[in-house]
Amino acid sequence: MSPWIVGFGVFFGYPLVTTVYLSFTHYDLLEPSRWIGTANYKYLFTQDTQIWPSVYNTLWLVAIMVPLKVMFAFGVALMLLRARRGVGVFRTIFYLPALAPPVAATLGFVYILNPATGPVNGALGLVGIEGPLWFSDPTWAKPSITLLMLWGVGNTMIIFLAALVDVPRHLYESASLDGAGPFQRLRWVTLPSISPVILFAAVIGTIEALQLFTQAYVGSTIAAGSASSAGDPSNDLGFPEDSTLFYPVLLYQQGFRFFNMGYAAAMAVLLLIVSFAITMIIVRNSRRWVHYAGAGR
Amino acid sequence: MAATETAATLAPTPPRRRVVPAAVRRRRFLVGVAEHSLLIVAAIAFLAPFVFMALTSLMTTDQALSPKLWPEPFRWSNYTNVFEQAPLLRYALNTLIYSSLATLGMLVSSIPVAYALAILRWRGRDLVFLLVLVAMMLPPQVTIVPLYVLWAKLNLVGTLAPLIVPNWFGDAFSIFLLRQFFLTIPQPYIDSARVDGCGEFRIMTTVVLRLAKPAIAAVALFMFLLTFSDFFGPLLYAGDEQSNWTLSLGLAQFRVLHQVQWNLTMAATIIVILPVVVLFFFAQKAFVEGVTLTGVKE
Repeated sequence: MSPWIVGFGVFFGYPLVTTVYLSFTHYDLLEPSRWIGTANYKYLFTQDTQIWPSVYNTLWLVAIMVPLKVMFAFGVALMLLRARRGVGVFRTIFYLPALAPPVAATLGFVYILNPATGPVNGALGLVGIEGPLWFSDPTWAKPSITLLMLWGVGNTMIIFLAALVDVPRHLYESASLDGAGPFQRLRWVTLPSISPVILFAAVIGTIEALQLFTQAYVGSTIAAGSASSAGDPSNDLGFPEDSTLFYPVLLYQQGFRFFNMGYAAAMAVLLLIVSFAITMIIVRNSRRWVHYAGAGR
Repeated sequence: MAATETAATLAPTPPRRRVVPAAVRRRRFLVGVAEHSLLIVAAIAFLAPFVFMALTSLMTTDQALSPKLWPEPFRWSNYTNVFEQAPLLRYALNTLIYSSLATLGMLVSSIPVAYALAILRWRGRDLVFLLVLVAMMLPPQVTIVPLYVLWAKLNLVGTLAPLIVPNWFGDAFSIFLLRQFFLTIPQPYIDSARVDGCGEFRIMTTVVLRLAKPAIAAVALFMFLLTFSDFFGPLLYAGDEQSNWTLSLGLAQFRVLHQVQWNLTMAATIIVILPVVVLFFFAQKAFVEGVTLTGVKE
């Protein structure tokens, strides 16, 4: 127990406090930090032209990617539950992409969605649709990342599957006796029974979305490299046109490419507040619609 | 649409023995085919990216830049060529060092904490558990700046130490998962061990470890996979020191260095994915049980 307390202090408690302190300083790692009051925050809220695009991009993920992922995982799990043969094989197939290391998965998707030579646009071309530029188009870059994340839905899917199997049979039976059709059974039996798992998937998904970094970093640097063979490495994050400049990506850029450590710390404090608040909101609101078996005694 | 359809099977299937009218049976069969065809289509879509990656990895450089899908001829030499283009073995060794030491450290440090949180009763336990939850949920970026400064001051940026050492002091997610599992161990087992005069340490190393084997296997697998795939950590701490790059980092840079050689890039990608897939097939049961465990509510 006590080594953990030490570790917790050194690797979590101390940095958490220091982040707040550093956010009020100018610090570039070479010279000692210099107290500059709220200047970082002022710059963040009023002058930084990249901060709002990055906030928007990250919130886009929370608002669009997370619900899609939860619904998709639920849909795949329902399909699997229905299958009578080869459940194991199908389950493995749906789970495998979740195992692919993010860098590898992203590389694969950048290639498959390559506008000129990739198979996806090739297939779309066959049916007469001109495919988008995917990772190289500001409006399609985030959907491309969403597709990539949907492909790796395996973990969430397995959790849903386990929950669906656990829904008590007798609930369906009595619902059927009361004349509930398939849709009503889904709405009034399945959904309430697994609502804690839906909440869990939403919280985990949101936490993931707030942290999304690797897919954006790899996707943008490679798409930028393909777009111009010169590929200015200092300016490729967020490519194209800052559309994949998510909040953690900007934080990385400020802190570890430009070494504006104080400013990055200020961004981290904001991230701390927002992620804490979002998690709280989800957990609070859940009381209204999450049903725990045996609760309310 | 799909939701309505799928919900139908959630209803109990009638016993087989009952005689079903032919029309109903035919309809049921067609519905079955329809369901499975949806599954089959979805399965093909999930597999397709792997297939395209593998096919491209066997093409010549020119073919990989054309819309062709089938390699002609198969260039197996891409897979040996890749190792000449980038020190993949060096990266693999670094990755293995990082993953195995981090996993080992996590187990040694997290099991006792989880034990204390699940089995022992002491003041402040709930507070500590809350801290574990907070540490688990907050994005790592929140503490990254001071941590980087700390490692820079210790002159350890450029090595793998900043990635490995923190795991020897416990990992919040693993602690959480182990605690959830330890809670399911029936109290009488532990009480009877106490009556027999076992110390807490012996109870932990014998009774609990033996009963919690699946959970420990799952947590170790997750940690290994997480560190194997980690990109942010190696980028941050080992980015400037190529001799300490991991596979993920080397793979991300590979494409930058070999601009147009998609065939080699895909070969390298396959090489990075393959160990994980092999690991999965060896430990499938532990994986699935472990993932399920993450979803277990209190």
